[in-house]
Amino acid sequence: MKKKLLSLAAIASASVLVLAGCAAESDPAATVTVTESAGGSTTEGAAELSGSILIDGSSTVGPASEIAAELFMEVNPGVRVSVNISGTGGGFEKFCNGETDASNASRYIKESEEELCKTNGIAYDFVTVANDALSVVVNRDNPLQCITTEQLATIWNSDASGTIMKWGDVDGMPAAIADVDFQLYGPGTDSGTFDFFTDEINGESGNIRNDYINIGEDDLLAVEGVKGGAGAMAFIPYSYYQENLDNVKALEVDGGAGCIAPTLENVQNLSYAPLGRGLFTYFSNTALARAEVLAFAEYLVNETTLINTTAGYVGLTPAQQEEALAKIASLVG
Amino acid sequence: MSQGIPKRASGAAMAAAAVTQNIYKGANNKALVGGIMFRLLLLSALGIAMIAILAVIAWALVEGAARVNVGLFVNNPSSFRPEEAGYRPAILGTVQLIAGVILLIVPLGVGAATYLELFADRTRWYNRLIELNIQNLAGVPSIVFGILGLAFIVRGVFDLGFVVAAGSATIAILVLPTVILASREAIRAVPSSLLDGAMALGATRLQAVRKMVLPSAAPGMLTGVILAVARAIGEAAPLLLVGAATFVTFDPNFWQDGYSALPVMIYNYAGRPQEEFHTLAAAGVLVMLVVLFFINSIAVWLRARYERTW
Repeated sequence: MKKKLLSLAAIASASVLVLAGCAAESDPAATVTVTESAGGSTTEGAAELSGSILIDGSSTVGPASEIAAELFMEVNPGVRVSVNISGTGGGFEKFCNGETDASNASRYIKESEEELCKTNGIAYDFVTVANDALSVVVNRDNPLQCITTEQLATIWNSDASGTIMKWGDVDGMPAAIADVDFQLYGPGTDSGTFDFFTDEINGESGNIRNDYINIGEDDLLAVEGVKGGAGAMAFIPYSYYQENLDNVKALEVDGGAGCIAPTLENVQNLSYAPLGRGLFTYFSNTALARAEVLAFAEYLVNETTLINTTAGYVGLTPAQQEEALAKIASLVG
Repeated sequence: MSQGIPKRASGAAMAAAAVTQNIYKGANNKALVGGIMFRLLLLSALGIAMIAILAVIAWALVEGAARVNVGLFVNNPSSFRPEEAGYRPAILGTVQLIAGVILLIVPLGVGAATYLELFADRTRWYNRLIELNIQNLAGVPSIVFGILGLAFIVRGVFDLGFVVAAGSATIAILVLPTVILASREAIRAVPSSLLDGAMALGATRLQAVRKMVLPSAAPGMLTGVILAVARAIGEAAPLLLVGAATFVTFDPNFWQDGYSALPVMIYNYAGRPQEEFHTLAAAGVLVMLVVLFFINSIAVWLRARYERTW
């Protein structure tokens, strides 16, 4: 009996050892990576920076942040950047609690979030890190080419619930699909994309028909739905559309100035209105006071083309870059 | 004649045997059909469970086969080189998380079960209330435990921050009911003669419980731990809340922030627009199964060591 109890204790202590082993192991491993990547990097004096940066927030911006972090750590191997994706709102909640250094957002900060930041004494500003075109996508067999913002509002606003059920219920739709039922896919209410679309199209953040298919934070579900449904429609970030050019068709959007397609040029020259939007990373000024965070913020802007092309996003224009750098400089003050 | 009697007798006996055989045959047939039906029913129950498991594994194999290699285990993740990305930090994160969970649930689970089964006075209302609550806790959605962990372990009372230890504690609370319920069953299955005998020989109740009952109940308790670990390893939702990041390229440390876990990575990759990441997610499912297999095989080995029959 004693022997068995002893071996139980041995197992328990063994698992403690495993824990300790993992903890101890992490340091030499990190050093190895440092030397390796430092040898391969070309940037001058990069190995000086150290510390860790915690980023959280939007699932739209997240992938680009991860790429930026990965590229940044190749040049600055002493810095540990981790990226989390808990949605724009979830990110701000942690950011304004002082728990993260930077927060990704696919919309501007809300008043309630602003207040939380103020209460906790977190001063911040945002840096535009990429441009995004919210793409309105339909099934590839849909003959429609262009949609006006009024038509979009007719389809999506809260009064449409139960009444606008077929494509023919909306004025100006092609006769070929007039009898086809709508299948509408949209993100959940935690999503910055949801806030942005409802605000721009339906005139009020959160105003949306209640009978659309809620896909939560998973834009890929919308792509799958639109690919398979003759009467389907969804609004998804530009990167998801770019990865699914063969699966879905993006409509041109007429916001009053003619039909504009969601292309890289149209987004950068701001003509893709009103569904073109900026993607932001909010930095707290206490975080920016740290050299590694400042370097990362500048890296986000300076390497905008590399980061965003890799991520499938639309990078900043030189003018936007300049503006962003000036903003960072003023934040550091 | 002397030969005839046995013949007749044997004839009568044969006739009687035939009659009884007929009677029993009828009954046998019914029992036989019933038995077969019952077995088929049991087999189909098992079959459905097996098909579900095999379907998941087969799907992961088919989808992820292209990415099953050593790099998958030892490389760091990458957000733009999915063909080279690996799960190294996530594997280490998950192993540390689960080690922490085991360290917490074994003493807490066994302690709670021992108290409830051997020491608690069941006529007291508060003991019955505790029992009822533990049973109900097993049905609470995991995200609720995530919120609890965020409010009390990451922030608030314990204020650990977004560290692996906080993740372990949150998941441990989540799976604790499983361990307590299984441990109670295990203790109940130990013949009371063991406890009574030990006490009759002069052992105190505490000694009898510690030296007789608990070692005998160990295999059943380990079953509970195995079930709990299997559930714990796949939890993504509460971990996202208590700070498991979706992108980490350094090895985690139990008391430091910036860690990841396998289910969180799989969840992240599965939602990416690029096809290559879906392959990576499927391969991640296989990685998770391998890790789970290794952790649980230790527990199964332990259980086999303590196994005994009464």
